[in-house]
Amino acid sequence: METHIKIRDLNVHYNKVHALKDINLDIPRGQITVIIGPSGCGKSTLLKTLNRFHDLTDDTRVTGNVELDGVNLYAPDVEVTEVRTKVGLIAQRPFPLPMSIFENVAYGMRIHKLARNGKELREKVQHYLEIGGLWDEVKDRLNTPARDLSIGQQQRLCLARGLAVEPQVILGDEPTSSLDPISAKFIEERLEELKKEYTVVLVSHVLRQARHLADYLVFMYLGEVVEAGPAEQVLDQPKNDRTRAYLQGEFY
Amino acid sequence: MKKRWSLAHLEERVMRAIMLLACSLLVAVLAAILITIFVRGLPYLDLDLITKTPKGGFFLGGEGGILNAIVGSLLLAGGGTFLALLVSLPIAFGINVYTGASRLASLMRLTLDVLWGIPSLVYGAFGFTIMIAFGMRASLGAGILVLTLLQIPIMVRAMDEVMRMVPIELNQAALSLGATRLEAARSVLVRQALPGLVTAVLLAFGRGMGDAASVLFTAGFSDRIPTSLASPTASLPLAVFFQLGSPFPDVRGNGYATALVLTIVILIISSLSRLLARRLSRNVIR
Repeated sequence: METHIKIRDLNVHYNKVHALKDINLDIPRGQITVIIGPSGCGKSTLLKTLNRFHDLTDDTRVTGNVELDGVNLYAPDVEVTEVRTKVGLIAQRPFPLPMSIFENVAYGMRIHKLARNGKELREKVQHYLEIGGLWDEVKDRLNTPARDLSIGQQQRLCLARGLAVEPQVILGDEPTSSLDPISAKFIEERLEELKKEYTVVLVSHVLRQARHLADYLVFMYLGEVVEAGPAEQVLDQPKNDRTRAYLQGEFY
Repeated sequence: MKKRWSLAHLEERVMRAIMLLACSLLVAVLAAILITIFVRGLPYLDLDLITKTPKGGFFLGGEGGILNAIVGSLLLAGGGTFLALLVSLPIAFGINVYTGASRLASLMRLTLDVLWGIPSLVYGAFGFTIMIAFGMRASLGAGILVLTLLQIPIMVRAMDEVMRMVPIELNQAALSLGATRLEAARSVLVRQALPGLVTAVLLAFGRGMGDAASVLFTAGFSDRIPTSLASPTASLPLAVFFQLGSPFPDVRGNGYATALVLTIVILIISSLSRLLARRLSRNVIR
């Protein structure tokens, strides 16, 4: 296992709440890492440290290191927009940008100047819509508003949009929780496909999904990482009693 | 499952009655105003009134029209709205993009709300004292500046409200793609709020068009169409005011006709901007 993201002595404080406590974690490259744990345990907070989303809230303090291939994302000379380009995010609920389907995918490529001309842009939009599994459904209405898509389609659009800025890591904050079962299954299949090229980190509160997707599993409780390891090992032979209790459904 | 008498039922009925009453009151007042203006003004509304400037003795029942006031009001409100837009958009942006929920933002909102509440006559008097200090005469330029001051709080607060309605996740979506705050604001906030921004501009324009007290001292009045920013300028509300105060019935009739013109101009502009807003809301995420 090769480490892609190395987290060392990470602490997060909201106001006076100590939300993440001394997190040390190695997230493997090219695998799906799933973070599980009861609600309020800091799963999403941990995820947000990986793309520096805590920068957006004034009263949140992050200390410690998050290293992506050895580069600390919190180093003073690191550009936050570059971090977010390398570490993409799929949100809990899809939020397409207020533009056409085409422009949604083209948006990131435009701001980062990833296409040299209109032809290349169109080719890339098609490419990423194909990866998102949406191309066949939308190819005849690329210029219609993205809001007219169904919610499942919107989440696939958001996936395509995120991939279009060429990230190395894809974060998912319960990316299937607002979707119907068929759309959710589709997104899960996409993610399994994508781990060949990307490192995927998901937050999930659905144990079934964690069992199904995870190569590497992280169990969090009250702001701490209780146990982390290869998924089969954590699922079948948890070392910690709380992990076992959670996996057996004794608390949520 | 038979309907039974209950307190909740009664409450529902009473509340509905109150709401209906309030709504009908509002509609009735609007209807009464419109009917008055139409009945009294329509007989006096002719081509001369809107295509000619006042000739000698117009305000005593003489020949001419109110073209000077129509053009004057459009210039005053248009100029004021344009300048107010230049100031308001950055303020609204600043509050929503950079300061967020901070203390500075709430201080700004409070300041603007207070400014909104200040009577326009006070703005006019304030403008007038400054004009005197600089030795300026009542003019189109001075009128525009005072209207700008009057319109800024209206415009900023209206813009602010629509920008606050934009879901934070939408902004985060753009940021998560590596957009800067400004890029996210341009592509998300502006697009999403655009129909509301148009409405904000319209609201301020309507206020500028209809306000008499602020331009009374500052723009003055003139029978001629202004030729420069330094010329004194007539406005529709003041034309209405002067004519309605006349002892001559014909002049008062012209006053109602002028009010009718003012109403129609605002109606046309709001319909156009509503049409525009609808077109712009094509991509808005709900």
